[in-house]
Amino acid sequence: MSHPLLEIADLDVFYGDFQALFGVSMSVTRGCATALVGANGAGKTTLLRTIAGARPPASGAVRYDGTDVTAAPPHQRISRGIALVPEGRKLFGSLTAEENIQVGAAAAASDAWPLDRIYAVFPEIAKRRRQRASTLSGGEQQAVAIARALAAGPSLLLLDEISLGLAPLLVERLYETLSGLRSAGATLVIVEQDLRRAMDACDDLVCLLEGRVALAAPVASVSRDEVVAAYFGEGTS
Amino acid sequence: MTWVNAVIQGMLLGGLYALIACGLSLTFGVMRIVNLAHGDLAVCGAYLGLVLSSALGVPVWYTLPLLLPAAFAIGMALQVLLFGRALRHGVLAPVLVTFGLSVMIENLLQVAATSDPRGLNGGALALASFRLGSITVSWLFLAAFLAACAVLSGLQLLLSHTSWGRKVRATSDDPDTARLVGIKVRPVFATVAGIAIATAALAGVFIGTIGTFDPLTGTTILIFAFEAVVIGGIGSLWGTLVGGVVMGVTQVVVGEVNQAYAVLAVNLLFLAVLTVRPGGLFTSAQAAGEVRDAGALG
Repeated sequence: MSHPLLEIADLDVFYGDFQALFGVSMSVTRGCATALVGANGAGKTTLLRTIAGARPPASGAVRYDGTDVTAAPPHQRISRGIALVPEGRKLFGSLTAEENIQVGAAAAASDAWPLDRIYAVFPEIAKRRRQRASTLSGGEQQAVAIARALAAGPSLLLLDEISLGLAPLLVERLYETLSGLRSAGATLVIVEQDLRRAMDACDDLVCLLEGRVALAAPVASVSRDEVVAAYFGEGTS
Repeated sequence: MTWVNAVIQGMLLGGLYALIACGLSLTFGVMRIVNLAHGDLAVCGAYLGLVLSSALGVPVWYTLPLLLPAAFAIGMALQVLLFGRALRHGVLAPVLVTFGLSVMIENLLQVAATSDPRGLNGGALALASFRLGSITVSWLFLAAFLAACAVLSGLQLLLSHTSWGRKVRATSDDPDTARLVGIKVRPVFATVAGIAIATAALAGVFIGTIGTFDPLTGTTILIFAFEAVVIGGIGSLWGTLVGGVVMGVTQVVVGEVNQAYAVLAVNLLFLAVLTVRPGGLFTSAQAAGEVRDAGALG
């Protein structure tokens, strides 16, 4: 087994007095896709945002590619190759689709994803490149959000609920794109509500329950029922 | 012909108002800071021009290559040391901080420079004029108008077509996400503040050359700048130019009828716009929504 690209150790994260993560540890192997699942409020988004540098942890460590990045601001993490597709897309509404993507390259780790390569993967954005992001459809906005993260040339792509509010056909297409990215060598962490889809698309699975890791295992070695039990905190404890 | 003349003189005066206002428009549009010290910083620019031009013995225009970079640096420093820190403590803190700064500047200027009104040495340009048919146009007012157009279109070009401009607009849309996608928000804000204060200083130099100034002139400047921004539409640079021109034309045309009502008319116009179109004349639906939301909070 190759050494992990991302290692998280004993992470405690607070929002004011509210503790969102309790001693969370996990590791992500280079070139693998990890599904991060759990009920609403389990801490999935918090964990991704902490990895991306949006939220400093109270204690614990985030190591990326052998370096401690726990205290690094987001732009330094992006320059090292961590990019986040935030929950709710969070596009810059007054900028055009293309400008959103260009902004994503502000602190790029590599120029592996120039505009023409992005447009080859997302032809629907190429058609709407001059349109304001706020006027795009939900699926187009999600594609721009992924493209914005890709523009940073990441080696680790964090995707937060990319299928939320999209038609099944669009979700299917997005996941096809993701599997294309994986064949190109990207490492992915995917937060996904749809358990079946998450287990289909990923090699490893981490299930959070009320801010703690309830289950961490290769997808092949767990049954759907075991994951559901961990999801709702039933059984083993 | 009197009326045509009044409209032309009003437009030129409006250019000066727009020049004063564009920095205010920029800081509010990007950082959501209402800088109550904006007018006082313009007056500081005028005093700095006075000091430099008397020390060097040249008309104030020749000091601009020194004065504008200095103002830019002061703006950056103010943003990093003062405004940026205040912004982290909610929307009210920057209002209090800039109000305090305004009071400090006015009092320090009174101590350092007395309350005597001053004027700047504008050289030959200050008194020169040319005739357009039967209308006399002052080169100085025309220069202020052209400077306003140049500054506003330059800013608009930078914002629309450069990587810096994209970062500024993205940060203005959503500072948290901007940080998350790798934009270093603090340097972006610092350069915006630098540009805003440099344009204020330039406006201050024109004000000091066209008329006189004293340590308390800043308050009047702030009111006119604020009105131009609101009339034009918050966050719209071209709107600010139109706002300034509408104010200038109103002032001179009403002044043609009765000088006593000229400034009152401008303020009534401001109130009318605020009542009928609270978002201003040239505002996007999004910005208008934000203004409404801010109103609902206040």
